[in-house]
Amino acid sequence: MLKWSYMAMLAFTIAGSFWLEIVLKVRVLLRWKRWLKSILPIALLFVLWDAYAISRGHWYFDTKQIVGIYGPFHIPLEEYLFFVIVPIAAIMSFEAVRGVKKHWLAGDE
Amino acid sequence: MSYTQIAIDAVILALLLDLFALRTQLVGRKIFWTSYLIILVFQLLTNWWLTSRNIVMYNAHEIIGKRLAGAPVEDLLFGFALILSVQSLWVHFGRKARP
Repeated sequence: MLKWSYMAMLAFTIAGSFWLEIVLKVRVLLRWKRWLKSILPIALLFVLWDAYAISRGHWYFDTKQIVGIYGPFHIPLEEYLFFVIVPIAAIMSFEAVRGVKKHWLAGDE
Repeated sequence: MSYTQIAIDAVILALLLDLFALRTQLVGRKIFWTSYLIILVFQLLTNWWLTSRNIVMYNAHEIIGKRLAGAPVEDLLFGFALILSVQSLWVHFGRKARP
């Protein structure tokens, strides 16, 4: 079970945000081209930052608490998922606020 | 470069993207700050999880040493840059094509 410790944080993030898709109907996942275009360039930059930070030892992971799958730059799978799940959750939060405060302008009206 | 330096640079880049490159101007909008505050609560909770259990650990030489909810304060800059830049692009790509 211990190796799912980091994954649990990602599951918590999904649980805390993806319900907005159904309850508040933020319709973020459906607009997949738009979120892909928004997330990919930023995720790439943060992956490069992560690669540098890991290679220089700025931060490191308890290998007993991650599942042990690594992607490019020796970055754990959890980190790659982080850079997709957290931005999607951030967009859902943004759209949820818009849904509740319809008169607040976002700039794309 | 230390984590502190990169984190500050990331915030500056995100601000430049929002204010000048895409002109989404989210940092001047209530919708941004409200969603950011909601996300911040979750960030502090998840930071506490990741750091108190030593899932992620930080090199003391690369941070100034101030911590919030277990994580280096630099993490706040990291999160702010990530969220602002993604939301700025999201708004940018949502703009209707103007005639």
